[in-house]
Amino acid sequence: MTDFLETIQSRSDLIQQAFFEHIYLSFVALAIGIAIALPLGILIARHRKYAEPVIGVTAVFQTIPSLALFGFLVPLMGIGSNTALIALIIYALLPILRNTYTGLTSVDSSIIEAGRGMGMTRTQILKQIEFPLALPFIMAGIRTATVLTVGIATLATFVGAGGLGDVIYRGLQSYNNSLVLAGALPVALLAISFDLLLKWVEKKATPKGMKTQ
Amino acid sequence: MIRFDQVTKRFADGTEALKDVSLTIPTGKLTVIIGPSGCGKTTLMKMINHLEVPTSGDVLIDEQSIKDRDEVELRRSIGYVIQRIGLFPHMTIAKNAALVPTLKGWSAEKTKERVSELMNITGLDPETYLHRFPLELSGGQQQRVGVVRALAGDPNIVLMDEPFSALDPISREQLQDELRNLQQRIQKTIVFVTHDMDEALKIADHIIVLRAGKVEQTGSAHDLIHEPANDFVRNFIGQDRINRQRSFGQRKISELSSYYKQAKIGELVVSINSSEDVEKAIALLEQPQTDVLAIYTNEEFVGYIDQTSLLKAVLAKEVGASSYD
Repeated sequence: MTDFLETIQSRSDLIQQAFFEHIYLSFVALAIGIAIALPLGILIARHRKYAEPVIGVTAVFQTIPSLALFGFLVPLMGIGSNTALIALIIYALLPILRNTYTGLTSVDSSIIEAGRGMGMTRTQILKQIEFPLALPFIMAGIRTATVLTVGIATLATFVGAGGLGDVIYRGLQSYNNSLVLAGALPVALLAISFDLLLKWVEKKATPKGMKTQ
Repeated sequence: MIRFDQVTKRFADGTEALKDVSLTIPTGKLTVIIGPSGCGKTTLMKMINHLEVPTSGDVLIDEQSIKDRDEVELRRSIGYVIQRIGLFPHMTIAKNAALVPTLKGWSAEKTKERVSELMNITGLDPETYLHRFPLELSGGQQQRVGVVRALAGDPNIVLMDEPFSALDPISREQLQDELRNLQQRIQKTIVFVTHDMDEALKIADHIIVLRAGKVEQTGSAHDLIHEPANDFVRNFIGQDRINRQRSFGQRKISELSSYYKQAKIGELVVSINSSEDVEKAIALLEQPQTDVLAIYTNEEFVGYIDQTSLLKAVLAKEVGASSYD
């Protein structure tokens, strides 16, 4: 225990830097992932015949083991944080895309028809009806993607993009269990706290009238 | 007035929902479109607000083709109530009811006034309900809100697609009565789709009977009961209902076949065809020179009937026994 605390103190610079790198990688990847998957999800919900192939492609990416995906990207992109970001974005896509699609398509068709019949435009229906009703699903997708990304970002160290994986890797190489723990613990805490935070946001995103169901 | 001019609707899979339909729906009346499921009644109604587009032919409102009108503007000028209620679960009753006025850009004050007025008319206290959510209300209350929502934008035409069919019988009866009263107050052109003949006979000013995409008969409830155009209409209304709505004297003698007697009672016999009205039989039997009637169906003798058997038949009908069918 004292070893552990000493390690944290002596390596605090490294740990701090790695921590912020980790957060940077995770969040930039998530932000770009949302920026791609959300509009794409809306698009395939509108044109459902494209839904299966699009979701299929993202699902295939998802099945590639994460370390292998980093491996594939290195010859193409070289090393550095951009390579890590692309891999993380690819992983973040599927949960957000799938949940956006499911959320939008599961809105009761009679509700949409009522909106159409009363003279709402397609944009009004999307903004005022479909999106609010699909929001809990979409938030759940973002939550899954966040936890996933924070975890996988640990591997960014192998493409030289830093992050808490650096700390863990160094610890492993030098048989320094305390250092391994000093990297692993923050990753776990990050994942858990974001999960809890987003769970709360998800609950808040559920429209008030839907909770009585 | 809404006019359908030779409207045909063919879906992508080749089924013809409507076949060369021409009809008019009168202004300010409650018109019921009725028919068995799959007869095209909902398709017909949805053409009025352009949710369905005719394959050929035209739909005109006050002699203006709806093709020439902006779709969104057209729909905002027509109230719409759907079967599965379709209230937006994430919006309060106030927001749901105010949807069309909001889309039309009415002032908040005018909207609120209009919604409260309609809530009161339909028996929902605005104070109690405006801030609730749809799922906190019973089915009957939700559909009342559905009606308020349809009327809020002050449309001249209101379309109702089997609006009460998902409700329990008591709420359904109540809402039918309320709709009837409401219609008498507001005098809108209401187009009401149903498959329930009792509902149609109860609320309609004007009924359109559809079968397999074709109009079988149009007319008032009275017309349908007294002059069903063909066997389909007669069967669809149901002999039972026709009888219930008709006075005893207007029934056919053949409906009393279970009261026929085979033995002749009395001396003075007059022949009558079984397709004649009971009224005529009564008139004949009242005459002193008639004791008993010999009834013929297609020239063939089927039995006798006299005053006692008629009386028995009347009594049986009065208590509702229907031994004739």
